[in-house]
Amino acid sequence: MDATAITTRGLSRSFRFTVREPGLGAALRSLLRPTTHEVRAVEAVSFEIGAGEIMGLLGQNGAGKTTLVKMLAGLLHPSSGEVRALGHVPWRREKGFLRRIALVMGQRYRLDWHLPAAESFEMYRAIYRVPRQECRRTLSDLCDLLDLGEVVLKPVRMLSLGERMKCELATALLHTPDLLFLDEPTIGLDVEMQARIRGFLLEYNRRRGATVILTSHYMADVEALCERVLLLDRGRVLYDGDLGALSRRLGTHKTVRVEVAGPAPELGRYGEVVERTATGARLRVPRESVPEVTARLLSEHIVSDLTVEDVPLEEVVRLAFASGVSA
Amino acid sequence: MIALAGVYLAQLRVHLASQLQYRAALLLYQLSAVVEPVVSLAVWSAVASARGGEVRGYAARDFAAYFVVVMVVNHLTRTWTMNEFDSRIAEGTLSLSLLLPAHPIHNDVSDNLASKLITAPVVWALAGVLSVGFGAVFDLSARRVALFALAALLAFVLRFALEWMVALLAFWTTRSSAFNGLYLTALLFLSGQFAPLGVVPVPLREVADLLPFRWMISFPADVLLGRGGVSWALRGLGAQCLWLAVVVMLLAVVWRLGLRRYTAVGS
Repeated sequence: MDATAITTRGLSRSFRFTVREPGLGAALRSLLRPTTHEVRAVEAVSFEIGAGEIMGLLGQNGAGKTTLVKMLAGLLHPSSGEVRALGHVPWRREKGFLRRIALVMGQRYRLDWHLPAAESFEMYRAIYRVPRQECRRTLSDLCDLLDLGEVVLKPVRMLSLGERMKCELATALLHTPDLLFLDEPTIGLDVEMQARIRGFLLEYNRRRGATVILTSHYMADVEALCERVLLLDRGRVLYDGDLGALSRRLGTHKTVRVEVAGPAPELGRYGEVVERTATGARLRVPRESVPEVTARLLSEHIVSDLTVEDVPLEEVVRLAFASGVSA
Repeated sequence: MIALAGVYLAQLRVHLASQLQYRAALLLYQLSAVVEPVVSLAVWSAVASARGGEVRGYAARDFAAYFVVVMVVNHLTRTWTMNEFDSRIAEGTLSLSLLLPAHPIHNDVSDNLASKLITAPVVWALAGVLSVGFGAVFDLSARRVALFALAALLAFVLRFALEWMVALLAFWTTRSSAFNGLYLTALLFLSGQFAPLGVVPVPLREVADLLPFRWMISFPADVLLGRGGVSWALRGLGAQCLWLAVVVMLLAVVWRLGLRRYTAVGS
C-alpha cells in the first residue's frame, strides 16, 4: 500500500451563481442581463494525508469543508489544482477507485426504507463484488463492533436514528474501504450513540489501517478521533497540523474550578471569573500563573475541591478562527 | 458480464422485496393506467359506429383489440425515472449512487423490471376482461407472438433509453417537469397511444414516421394484431434497432455532458 493516501496541490474550486434584488422589475432585468457572482469555495489547498491517518476537517458553515470532501471523493471537478487519492484522479471515478472508498453523510441514507438492512447488504456485496465468504466475515465483524445483532433484521423504517446510522455505516464498510469520508456522521445522535460510533471508527481504523477524513461540528468527535486537523476558513487552510499543538499554542489560559467550605468568597483576584456558584467559581487563569494561583487558593481558603482543565477544544477552534492562526 | 448479471439479480431481489411493500399503490397505478385506453376505446368505437361501422379500416372491435394491446405494451415499456431524477439531484442521492462502482442506470432497470414482474399479472388479467367486455378479437399465431415479443423487448429498451435521456435534462434545469410534460404529450399523440396511427390525419402520421415514438408503442401492437406482413414486421424491427443505436449514442453523450455539468456545478 502507498504511504500517501491523498495529495492535493493548489486545489481550488469556485462556483458561479446569479444574484438579483427582490421584486418583479429585478426579476425581469435578471432575465435579460443576469448578474453573476463568483465565490471561491476552496482556494489553493495543498496537503498530504498518509495512509491510515485520521484527519479532522474543521471550519464554520460555508468554509468549504463539504466542497473539499466532494472533490476528494470525486463528486466535484476542481476548478484548478491537482488532487490524487489512492493513486487515482478522483473525479474520473474509476471503478478501481470507487471500490476502495466510501462516503458517509449524516442524514443522507441509501438503505431501503422498507427493508431490513440485511436485505440491502447482499445488493451492495454484489455491486462491490465482495466474495460471499469474505462479506460474511466482514459483516460479522461489523455487527460485533457496532453491536447490531437483530437490528439488521428489522425494516429500516422501524429503527431509531442511531440504529439507522449504524446500519448505514455497516453498509458503507461492507467492502472494507481503504479511504473513508465521513461528513457529520454523528449529527442528530444522542451522546451515548455518538460515543459508540466514535469508538467503532477508531477500531475500524486500527484494524484495517483505513485513512479517514472526518468533518464534524461536534468537537468531541474530533478530539476523540483526530490527531491531525485541517482548519478551513473561507476556503483557505488556516491551520494544518497536530491538534494538541494547536491547543497548546492557543490555549494560553486554563480553567481552574474551585469549591470552598462554606459560602464562596470573592475570587476575582485569582483570575477572570467565568462562572460563579454558591460555594465556588470557574476561573480563567493564564497558563503560566496556574501553579501560583492554585497554591494561593489552597493556602488562603479551606478548599473542598480544585481542578485544573485545558480550555475546551471549541474555544481553541473559535480562537483559531478569530486570531487567524497559521500552520 | 457475469458480475453485472449478479448485480442485476441482487438489485432485482431488493426491488421486488421493496415494491411488495407497496402492493396497494402499485395496483392503483395499474387501475389508473386502464382508464386511458378504456376512454379512447369507447370514443373511437362510438366514432366508428357513427361513421357506418368503421373509421379508415378500423371497426369497433378492431379499436378494442388495438387499445387492449396498446395498454399491455404501454405497461411493458413504461418508465418513471423522469419523475424522480430532479429530486435525486436535489436530495443528494444521485451523489451517493455516483460513488458506487456500478452505473446508476442498472439500478433503474432492475427497479423497472421488478415493478413489472409484480404488476404484469394484474394488467394481463385486465386486458382479458376488457377484451371480453368490448368484443376484441385476436387471431394469434406462434410466429406473430414471437415477433411481438421481440418488438416489445426492443420497444422497452428504446423507450427506457430515450426516457432516461429526457430525465437527464434535470442536470441543466430545475424545472425538468416542463420538459417531461412536453415529452409525454408528444408521446401520447405520436406513438399511437391516443389513436391508431392509421386513423390520424396524414401530416401527423408523417411526423410520427420521422420520430422514434411509434416504435415504442404502436409498432409492437400492430405486429401482434397482424396489421402488416412478416417483411413489414422485420423492417420495423430494423427501424427499432436503428433508433436504439441512435438513442444509446445520444444517451452516452448526454450522460457525459450532464455529469460534467453536475461535477462542475455541484449540488
